[in-house]
Amino acid sequence: MQMKRVVIAGVVVLAASALAVANPNPAGGTISGKVTYEGTPKKMKPIDMSKEPSCAKMYATPPTGESVVTGPGNVLQDVVVYISAGAPDDAAPSSAAVFTQKGCRYIPHVLAFQVNQELKIVNEDQTSHNIHPMPKLNREWNKSQPPGTPPISEKYDKAEFIPVKCNVHPWMHGNFAVLKNSHYAVTGESGSFTLPNLPPGKYTVTAWQEEYGDQSQEVTISGGETKTVTFVFKAKPY
Amino acid sequence: MRRINFARIAVNVVLAAALPLAAGAQQMESHIGNLTGHSDAGRQLYFRYCWGCHGPHGNGMGENEPWVTPQPRNFVAAVFKCRSTPTGTLPLDSDLFNTLKRGFNFTNMPSWAALTDQNRADLVAFIKTFSPRWKSEKPGDPIQIPPEPTLTIGSIKHGQELFQKLECWKCHGQEGRGDGPSASTLTDSNDQPIRPYDFTSDNRSKCGRTNQDLYKIFMTGVDGTPMPSFADVVKPEDAWDLVHFLRTLQYNNPSPELTMWEGTPEGKAIVAAKRVKQTYTGSGVKP
Ligand code: HEC
Ligand code: HEC
Repeated sequence: MQMKRVVIAGVVVLAASALAVANPNPAGGTISGKVTYEGTPKKMKPIDMSKEPSCAKMYATPPTGESVVTGPGNVLQDVVVYISAGAPDDAAPSSAAVFTQKGCRYIPHVLAFQVNQELKIVNEDQTSHNIHPMPKLNREWNKSQPPGTPPISEKYDKAEFIPVKCNVHPWMHGNFAVLKNSHYAVTGESGSFTLPNLPPGKYTVTAWQEEYGDQSQEVTISGGETKTVTFVFKAKPY
Repeated sequence: MRRINFARIAVNVVLAAALPLAAGAQQMESHIGNLTGHSDAGRQLYFRYCWGCHGPHGNGMGENEPWVTPQPRNFVAAVFKCRSTPTGTLPLDSDLFNTLKRGFNFTNMPSWAALTDQNRADLVAFIKTFSPRWKSEKPGDPIQIPPEPTLTIGSIKHGQELFQKLECWKCHGQEGRGDGPSASTLTDSNDQPIRPYDFTSDNRSKCGRTNQDLYKIFMTGVDGTPMPSFADVVKPEDAWDLVHFLRTLQYNNPSPELTMWEGTPEGKAIVAAKRVKQTYTGSGVKP
């Protein structure tokens, strides 16, 4: 008798802790899903880095362009999925978003971070780069970063998608996604995304791809539920 | 839901309060030394001399725009090439004032030296009415330029190394002819092709001709173009060495630096070779 009660108590405690792990914010819901394309995307060309031997030698086969990156099952990578309306603006986190130049490419190709969050730009290459983001709303600056120099620290005070390029190496281009709140994700190899911890409310979820533009959907979260959303972009073959 | 509505109302109230301020943005002043420029006076001059290129709305879309490369400056974006302030910041009033006097060589932007100083100050004030940035931001703190050290061969030679190390040559070419390996691919922020400055043409760079001007150009960068800022990566004493070397690239422009450089066997050989061969070192861009 005694034994049994103890076991039951143990099970209850276990169940409670499992719940807590799965859903730290009992009132929070989750929006998750996948980004795919239909049609035939244009083929990404191999990048000719012969003008920059110190980078070219880092690749056995030349890397390809990254403006449209796809995966098995027609998934799209490097898509920014974020809450564009319905969530309040968040204060910037204290951690920095890091943008690395390596092998004459940007890692990551699309970097998402928040308004006023520190942006740290690192050059790991043996060549000079210039970092030239081209915003429309924020300040436009352009800085040289020779090998071995300290990281550049910057921030942006307005939400905006900003194309970034290196003028010395014309194939190098990337993107900053400067966002107003902390509810965002950038799709990886699986094309999927998860936006957790959303209090009940009506949200606009937007997916942005640098060549295909953006799409939005309305989603209502009423409790600790998970809503699934799918974005399908029409590929532009050229 | 109700909370959101309150927030909206609050925003509207703030906006309404801000509107008279926005209307007030039509009035601007400029301060250059003890001159004060007034935008009202500047407006008259602008619609007489400038709007054909820069446009009635100051966005660079005047009726002459289709025939002008680089495009006339868009004053709404408020990105300026010639500044004494760091990259990404607004220029000083005096920077714009000096630009108007100088004009931009090799472009359609004429010199306005024929106008009076007061006229130019008034024009500067008026240009600032086109962008709200002049209300919301202050010009950057001007970069500090230490006094120029005495010219030595050592300084020129160190500048020559820096020109290599900082990879100026990738755009400007080994001989400074504006024909480096990346030159043919360069575009400005309006997506127009742009050529790196050709040091061998003469000494007329857009942002001024003095040694101090040269120092400022590569430290602040030429915003809106591929020419980056080196302020964070070049120490002040190194910057002067680079200035001294850059002068020797201007082999059609007599200068103490060029004379000293040609006084050494190495310098003499290099300059002579350039004069004779008219070699050009890069790809794509014709000299
Ligand atoms: C014939 C056409 C033309 C006229 C007339 C003209 N401009 Fe310009 N202006 C230009 C062009 C082209 C540029 C850009 C040059 C460049 O980017 O190299 C420019 C650039 C400028 C700049 C930018 C300076 C910087 O540092 O970026 C200012 C300020 C300016 N003009 C003021 C004026 C004013 C004031 C007038 C009238 C007094 C005027 N311009 C008349 C064509 C013109
Ligand atoms: C990514 C290519 C690039 C690099 C690297 C570069 N430049 Fe430039 N530079 C340019 C371009 C393009 C212009 C022309 C800007 C214009 O005409 O508006 C220019 C213009 C200039 C000018 C003339 C500006 C004027 O007022 O007309 C000077 C001086 C200059 N660069 C010096 C340097 C020095 C020194 C370095 C190395 C420390 C350097 N540049 C590196 C692209 C570059």
